[in-house]
Amino acid sequence: MQNAKHIYSIFADYLSQYFKTRLAYRADFLGDLASNLISELINLVFIIVVFQHVPLMGGWSRDEIIFIYGFFLVPYALFSIFFGFWDFNERYIIRGEMDRILTRPVHNLAQVCLESIAPDRIFGVISGLIIMGYAAIQLKLDFYWYDPIIFIVLSVSGALIYGGVYTAVSAISFFSDSRTGISPMIYNIQQYGRYPVDVYNKIIRFVLTYILPFAFVGVYPAAYFLRKETWYIYAAMTPVVAVIFFGIGLLVWNIGVSKYRGAGS
Amino acid sequence: MHKFYMELIRMRFLTMLAYRVNYYSGIIIYAINIGAYYFLWGAIYGGQQQLGGLSVAQMTSYVAIAWMSRAFYFNNIDMEIAQDVREGKVAIEMIRPYNYLSVKTAQAFGEGIFRFLFFAGPGIFLISLIIPFHFPATAQGWGLYLLSLLFAFLINTQVNLLTGLLTFFMFRNDGMIRAKRVIVDLMSGLVLPISFFPGWAQTLMGFLPFQAINYYPSLIFTGVTSAARAWQLIGFQVIWMVVILIPILILWRMARSRLVVQGG
Repeated sequence: MQNAKHIYSIFADYLSQYFKTRLAYRADFLGDLASNLISELINLVFIIVVFQHVPLMGGWSRDEIIFIYGFFLVPYALFSIFFGFWDFNERYIIRGEMDRILTRPVHNLAQVCLESIAPDRIFGVISGLIIMGYAAIQLKLDFYWYDPIIFIVLSVSGALIYGGVYTAVSAISFFSDSRTGISPMIYNIQQYGRYPVDVYNKIIRFVLTYILPFAFVGVYPAAYFLRKETWYIYAAMTPVVAVIFFGIGLLVWNIGVSKYRGAGS
Repeated sequence: MHKFYMELIRMRFLTMLAYRVNYYSGIIIYAINIGAYYFLWGAIYGGQQQLGGLSVAQMTSYVAIAWMSRAFYFNNIDMEIAQDVREGKVAIEMIRPYNYLSVKTAQAFGEGIFRFLFFAGPGIFLISLIIPFHFPATAQGWGLYLLSLLFAFLINTQVNLLTGLLTFFMFRNDGMIRAKRVIVDLMSGLVLPISFFPGWAQTLMGFLPFQAINYYPSLIFTGVTSAARAWQLIGFQVIWMVVILIPILILWRMARSRLVVQGG
């Protein structure tokens, strides 16, 4: 408990430090916010434009697809706040920064997360909620009193699934210090989870459910709120998948750290 | 001078060859993207014969060729310029006996040729084995596509030079550069053919250079356009190329006189 409190207070310090550095270049800070917003909007534009030509996509209506996309943005934003170390290999392994991390008192993964924290990504949660709200009104969805709790659980689970996968992928750098190029690959696969998995073929559906479970960050949990009963079992499995994949991520990371020798130079 | 730029192109080509990991992962990333859109469009068409003037077969060819064209015209020189400015390297570049912007263009060209030969070429062959794919039927069709692709590269590179040059005035503009990248992907017709957009949006985009970057060459490739129309599209590309050159030259003049190096 003492440990968690310690991490929390360090987190606050890093947060204030973050805003100081970011606000030194104000135009860039605003540009970053704008660029995140634009990339979110562009995916929405794709959905809206396509549905001007067709009423349904693989049996799903426009507003259902928009709802799924809005849902996806929330866990994705939560994940981006805490796991912003896309360039882990370059920043920590090749430049030898990992040696410094290991001398720090907090857990090494927590330290890496703290150093790459990106609190401005919280805006993704807001845009996700707005997009979802719009779609929910259009679809006249009914919510129960416990739905907000389920929403929080599913969103956090989604963020942990991403976190687990990325932690494992970053940890590969401990075993081979050359570039692997895997993380941009994973980044591109993740967009598959934004659309109903039944539009893909069997192999891709299998991958998105069991190997890189990105469908658990978008379609599956969103299907619960859309009251698609065929997917309920998958939605209910989301927290379980989250625990399993984050566990795997942490395990691979810890093994990686124990194998880490430093890149030299 | 001519020989000098050839050497720059060659050097970048060889550098690309050296970073093989980027190459392999790049192929997989393009496959992932083309695959995603292939399935999405399949679901979108459903039973429909034609949407936005394209049949399913033309659409899958369009998606594949649009990504393959992107492999050629895409480059990160705006990021490179931003980094040079931030690290102060640009000061050294400026006292060298060549034009910094031409050097960047030559490097981008070397990168483009590399990806065109080792990436788009084999890629398009592999794709044609998996999904139904229509190549241009005539040599003229190929010629028109390649010519238009070359102009697409030049226009995209100019847009990148422009965003890169803005670093001189904004000091840090990574956000803007990333925003520009997604905007170009959308407005150039990579994600959606321009003919899918509602009328007012098409009119608006007609006043912007972005569709010259991808929509024109891809349209020519799919064979939806006549040869006369293709020449007309290439004409538009030439006009855009000249038009964008003007702000670049003005900004470059201004940038040289107000360079602030932010330390190494």
